Amino acid sequence: MDLLNAFVALSNFVLVPAIAYGSQLALGALGVTLIYGILRFSNFAHGDTMAFGTMVTILFTWLFQSWGLSLGPLPTALLALPFGILGCVALVLLTDRAVYRFYREQRAKPVILVIVSIGVMFIMNGLVRFIIGPGDQRFADGERFIISARDFKEMTGLREGLAIKTTQGLTVVTAVIVVALLFWFLNRTRTGKSMRAYSDNEDLALLSGINPDRVVMVTWLIVAALATVAGVLYGLDKSFKPFTYFQLLLPVFASAIVGGLGNPLGAIAGGFIIAFSEVMITYAWKKVLGYTLPESLEPEGLVQLLSTDYKFAVSFVILLIVLLFRPTGLFRGKAV
Amino acid sequence: MKKFLMATAAAALTAGAASAADDTVKIGILLGFTGPLESLAPAMAGGAEVAIAEVSDSGKLLGGMTVEPVRADATCIDAGAATAAGERLVTSDGVAAIMGAMCSGATGAVLSNVALPNGIVMISPSATSPALSSAEDNGLFFRTAPSDARQGTIMTEVIMERGIQSVALTYTNNDYGKGLADSFQQAFEAAGGEVTLSTPHEDGKADYSAEVGALAAAGGDALVVAGYVDQGGSGVVQAALDTGAFDTFVFPDGMVGDALIENFGDAIDGSFGQNPGSDSEGAKIYEDMAEAAGVEGGSVYSKEAYDAAALILMAMQAAGSTDANEFKSRIMDVANAPGEKILPGELGKALDILAEGGEVDYVGATDVELIGPGEAAGVFREIEIENGEIVTVRYR
Repeated sequence: MDLLNAFVALSNFVLVPAIAYGSQLALGALGVTLIYGILRFSNFAHGDTMAFGTMVTILFTWLFQSWGLSLGPLPTALLALPFGILGCVALVLLTDRAVYRFYREQRAKPVILVIVSIGVMFIMNGLVRFIIGPGDQRFADGERFIISARDFKEMTGLREGLAIKTTQGLTVVTAVIVVALLFWFLNRTRTGKSMRAYSDNEDLALLSGINPDRVVMVTWLIVAALATVAGVLYGLDKSFKPFTYFQLLLPVFASAIVGGLGNPLGAIAGGFIIAFSEVMITYAWKKVLGYTLPESLEPEGLVQLLSTDYKFAVSFVILLIVLLFRPTGLFRGKAV
Repeated sequence: MKKFLMATAAAALTAGAASAADDTVKIGILLGFTGPLESLAPAMAGGAEVAIAEVSDSGKLLGGMTVEPVRADATCIDAGAATAAGERLVTSDGVAAIMGAMCSGATGAVLSNVALPNGIVMISPSATSPALSSAEDNGLFFRTAPSDARQGTIMTEVIMERGIQSVALTYTNNDYGKGLADSFQQAFEAAGGEVTLSTPHEDGKADYSAEVGALAAAGGDALVVAGYVDQGGSGVVQAALDTGAFDTFVFPDGMVGDALIENFGDAIDGSFGQNPGSDSEGAKIYEDMAEAAGVEGGSVYSKEAYDAAALILMAMQAAGSTDANEFKSRIMDVANAPGEKILPGELGKALDILAEGGEVDYVGATDVELIGPGEAAGVFREIEIENGEIVTVRYR
């Protein structure tokens, strides 16, 4: 019984939140990694691209709510998601046309593109704050829990409760679907294959008749969709605030680099590694150990390795270790 | 923002004319119009402006001077911005005194960087950090809100009376949160209670489940959230409710607001807390006056703001001067006995008495009684959440 309690407490505070957070990071990191692999630069504007897509989704969610539209137990934001993706696609294609295309034609070095993307980041940052404001926005509706802590305790009679939020379930399901679609697209379709060819060797791909403009456009389409989905899931699960999306950049990049930049599988693994380390290192293990260890060994303190304030430091340290000892990442991506 | 812009524009327009005329005195209203307590600021500024308008319209201040409020944004969290705003009030607008600032950190910064060097009287309606009691102020700083050392004791009594002996404590990581958390922990442990964990939380994060995880591991019968309702405080409560870590919460003054009910409704039934407030006759009179002026008088610290502005103006009358060095010593005199009791709406009468050399004992909207280094003794309102409403239990 004690072991069961320990497992439930662990699930409630570590496993469930980390899996949801990991899925959100993985989706974000996939976008970063695709841009790095195909367009060959680190897109620092990715966090704010996520914020923009989410903002458009929120605006449509509010519109639908005012019309009285809803999805019952599911959040209305799902209905607004396609419109958010369209808005985000429009923004990134516009940015590409106005900014990135110029530098691509110059064959600018990646480091110049990185600086350019920082400029784009600030503009998007300002745009989002200008339209929706810098404050917190809540847009989750529908049923809040798949199972709430109180119900779980009553059902099982355990001392510990387990809460699974609808948004957490939704995050995992959506992430699985999106990732499956992405891999099918990259591995099975003609466009996907031409994208991979372009990524492996640009000159060879051009010689064999692949249209570079089309590859670039499709990449942006996919990235905008991934960014919006990741942003909306994060916003539904936690809350939407432009500044926190800007801060997300660090864990998202850490995930992509840890997994190996340019390697989609690595981005997913990286997302979960970062999420689990952040949550597990800052979790206070007292309760779980109290259930599992014999009474004489029960810990007095909290058994917390790092205070929760150091969450971002964790992803930073992992990033440093990987860069020092395995610069190509765990899944053999490209060296940074 | 619009109001603020208009106020600044109006102030800029009149600046030239007003500085020439000697019959206008300006009072700075330095509050966090943006930032973590922005939802409280309008009612506070409104309260101060009600008092200022009352005195100005009476035409009795120092032989018929008019009083003009000048608003400035102290942002609450950015000490640099607060100092700049205070500096602007003093040097560019030429205010004679400042009603503010709002948060303890901003208040400390403005006090040491602006009020002290320039010799300006400051009365804060809402800065409650115990550290401000011992700050060097040259007799220039007062507050109509009680120090959190007092709130810590009251909160201990409120919790103990409900039979709760063990609590977890989280505070917003700034002067206000840390000061309140420390004074509460001291009082609670002295009374025989146990604080299982005292941990800070940062405002402005999307997710507080990690903080709540640590608090839940430490355990406790209730969670004391010494934070801001518009910021991390609500995030912590949300995460605690989501994970089922705590059902009962204790809310000090920064958390008691309409936003609490908007965010959580009846999910926090049974939680309780306290904020400065009184049921005195003055409070009711003030709320009616505020309503007539279009100000939400029942909002937290609105009454204290009215009293702060009233004290400044009465002290000026008592000293017969708008020079801070002359009237700073009269603030305690007008606030405390002996003298004729003065309620809100009777400021004109008080000015008459003072002009004749008499004495007043200002009661105001919050039963003002200044003690020690010039801070309110404090009457607290104990509240409880019932069926998604904030209900007043009693005053203590």
